[in-house]
Amino acid sequence: MEKRTDLRRKLKELFDKQRIGVLSTQKKNRPYASLVAFAVTDDLKSFVFATPRTTRKYSNIIASSRAALLIDNRSNRMSDFRRAMAVTVVGTVRELRKSRKSRLIQLYTDKHSHLEDFIKSPTCAVLCLEAKTLHVVDRFQHVVELHLNK
Amino acid sequence: MKLIYHLSQIKKSDQKLVGGKASALAIMAQEKLPVPKTICVSTIAYNVFMDETGLRAQVLMEYHRKPFDQMRWEEIWDCSLRIQNMFVKTPIPSTLVAPLSEEIDNFLDKRAVAVRSSAVGEDSASASFAGLHESYLNVKGTQEVLEHIKLVWASTWSDAAILYRKEIGLEVEKSSMAVVIQELVQGQESGVIFGRSPVDKSKAVIEAVYGLNQGLVDGTVQPDRWMIDRDSGKIVSHTPACRAKAIVSASRGVKIINLTAEKRNKPPLTRHKVKQLFILEKRLAKLFGSDQDVEWTFDEFRLRLLQSRPITAIAKNEQIDDRKWYLSLNRSFDNLVSLRTKMEKEIIPAMVSEAESLKRIDLKRMTDEELATEISRRSDICEKWKKQYWDFCIPFAHGVRLFGTVYNRTVKPEDPYEFLELLAGITFKSVKRNEKLQRLANKLKEDKSLRELVRSGKLPEDSIFSEEVAALSEELGTPLSGMINPAQLQAKMVEFMIEIAEVRHVKKQQKVRTKSSLEKRFLASMPKRKHAFASQLMDLARASYRLRDDDNIYLGQIDRQLLDAIQEASNRSVTVSKMLLDISRADEVVNCLRNPNYRPESRKSKPIEVRDKQVLPRQLMGQPAGAGYATGSARVIRKAEDLFAFKKGEILVCDAIDPNMTFVVPLASAIVERRGGMLIHGAIIAREYGLPCVTGVPDADKIISTGHQITVDGYLGIITINRNSV
Repeated sequence: MEKRTDLRRKLKELFDKQRIGVLSTQKKNRPYASLVAFAVTDDLKSFVFATPRTTRKYSNIIASSRAALLIDNRSNRMSDFRRAMAVTVVGTVRELRKSRKSRLIQLYTDKHSHLEDFIKSPTCAVLCLEAKTLHVVDRFQHVVELHLNK
Repeated sequence: MKLIYHLSQIKKSDQKLVGGKASALAIMAQEKLPVPKTICVSTIAYNVFMDETGLRAQVLMEYHRKPFDQMRWEEIWDCSLRIQNMFVKTPIPSTLVAPLSEEIDNFLDKRAVAVRSSAVGEDSASASFAGLHESYLNVKGTQEVLEHIKLVWASTWSDAAILYRKEIGLEVEKSSMAVVIQELVQGQESGVIFGRSPVDKSKAVIEAVYGLNQGLVDGTVQPDRWMIDRDSGKIVSHTPACRAKAIVSASRGVKIINLTAEKRNKPPLTRHKVKQLFILEKRLAKLFGSDQDVEWTFDEFRLRLLQSRPITAIAKNEQIDDRKWYLSLNRSFDNLVSLRTKMEKEIIPAMVSEAESLKRIDLKRMTDEELATEISRRSDICEKWKKQYWDFCIPFAHGVRLFGTVYNRTVKPEDPYEFLELLAGITFKSVKRNEKLQRLANKLKEDKSLRELVRSGKLPEDSIFSEEVAALSEELGTPLSGMINPAQLQAKMVEFMIEIAEVRHVKKQQKVRTKSSLEKRFLASMPKRKHAFASQLMDLARASYRLRDDDNIYLGQIDRQLLDAIQEASNRSVTVSKMLLDISRADEVVNCLRNPNYRPESRKSKPIEVRDKQVLPRQLMGQPAGAGYATGSARVIRKAEDLFAFKKGEILVCDAIDPNMTFVVPLASAIVERRGGMLIHGAIIAREYGLPCVTGVPDADKIISTGHQITVDGYLGIITINRNSV
């Protein structure tokens, strides 16, 4: 049986290595998916990302704050079927107040320093997906859930 | 892209392209040693085949279905069977067929050949693939040679080869295989030279048989053995074989013949030939720089060297001993036929009579000392039969595997386990017992007053029904002995019957229909001259399949007699009555009876790991062992008493089903087992009842709890736990 500490360590390693994930949102039954650069807190509860307010994903989030973020380490090779790991983070998105003191924004710019100007723009929103459950898939079909609030 | 090498073209640096065997043959041929005419299909051909057909990706998917360390031997065999079937089903692409055919055509020139493996990596004294891959003798015609090349390629993925590569640290994923095509020498006498005896380094060993070498290599023919002093070259000893048979070429393949009286009485080698072989090994040892293990044959006129490889130095450890035992299960047809006779004529009847004679002993009339002696005696008897079980019953189960391999090679089915359909429908002891249970349950269903009576906890006096219930309780008692007294057991069983009366299990009729057509298909895939062998093999496999299951029950009945004696001790000794009774504690029970002050070490049962509420497994991977799909409430069987709590439609989840537990199977809608394999009891019984089944699910009985809603996908081998129900 997978131990929580081992699983958390594996997840942290994955999230530190990966820069971009696929964000899934929806509005009025119209699903949408987009790539976002993300950063995550050590407790794996807060996934930070940024987007211009004019985008479809932002509009969807405003309409429905429930979203999912897929982060994986596939390499587009056959070996992905046995070696790749994919995590679907499911939770609720909230917009962060832009402040220099914001720990979450600092975390984001530490990981993606080239996006510092991007997030400074008044038209850019910095958002946080507050994770409730992480669905972890490896070895093709082996699935474990990490419930963060239990 | 060089697909074929002639021995004269092979350089030392080509070893990775031509493998160890071809490389050694080339060195010998270039030294003008007597090597039969040989060509080698390089590893490039193997790799083109793997990549162009997409097989490499499929093989790796199958190989990585489960972490290797979590696989039991049976699962490795299953994995290997699936992979080898992929090879059999996949045609060689035309880009290879054309160039290979041209070269092979030229080489054959109407002669018969041997098609042998030449594994890459077999190039040092630390690795020997001897006997792990396939070799085929007396293959004729280009088309057949091509088919056999594919079979040799497939043998890269035999269970033995996978285990060995893992053991010596070779990357199984990167394996490739070259193939040697060698003119077939009609050997009159053949054998091996072992330049240094594994037991006495000062001696060399020569073994020889009449006919071809295959008989010696696969153990069918016992060889004469000579020991030679390595320093003086003197023959130190000659151990004659019990000479009876030889393997010789048939019109296709090989056949076993009986030796003439003259040959039976004469060793296959003269002293002169023994010395000639010893001198030759010395020369080869010098040529290769280490002591050699050489295969040779004398045809009508002269000596020929079939292969030479370094003697492998393998460290002895327990794991390797276990592997050797596992590999020894790979028995020949003849060996299995004699094993069957032994099983049917000796072992099973002796097991039955042992259990019966123990049962007749009146334990109650014994003194404590007599009972203690009897428990010790029964414990020894159980050990004896356990050993017999490992030595004979388990190896005999290989009959099913042998049939599976032959079936898949000839029929080339889509489903590598199609052959099991031909074995299904056999009346297992456990299925027969379930039928008895069902009959009694039906009586309850039909007779309202009887039902009311038993519901009130009573059984009708002097009735056949009550007698049958008592007899069945006795039969089913094995798993519960020591945990539940006979009266409680009977009451539980009646409750259980009321539950089972609601279910009438319908055996899949479809199976019966397809069985005869599959049988025809199997026979049609064989040449007519092999039909008798095919039928014998099928008959052997059926016996093997049935006994594989039934022998557990017979063994259980002997264990039961020991448990009964322990139960008697428990009735007499307060200390024993406080112990958790099982047969492994017989010695402590004996001590308790002999010494009232003796206190056994307390053994607490291992606590079940408390599940982490944050980490919840959702989808578990196992082996698909019974086709079908079912969703239902899980019933986890951790101890024998759990069996009687089983309700209709529940999914049976357990560590390992043994045949003594299977009376609940007719109530189940699916089976999930931690222990893996397609031929384990859970999988066999699931197929008999047409239930979805997934085996080899790590920690299944710990992760899943009774009451969880789970879905069993017996097609893909996936268990899904429905979290909303948890």
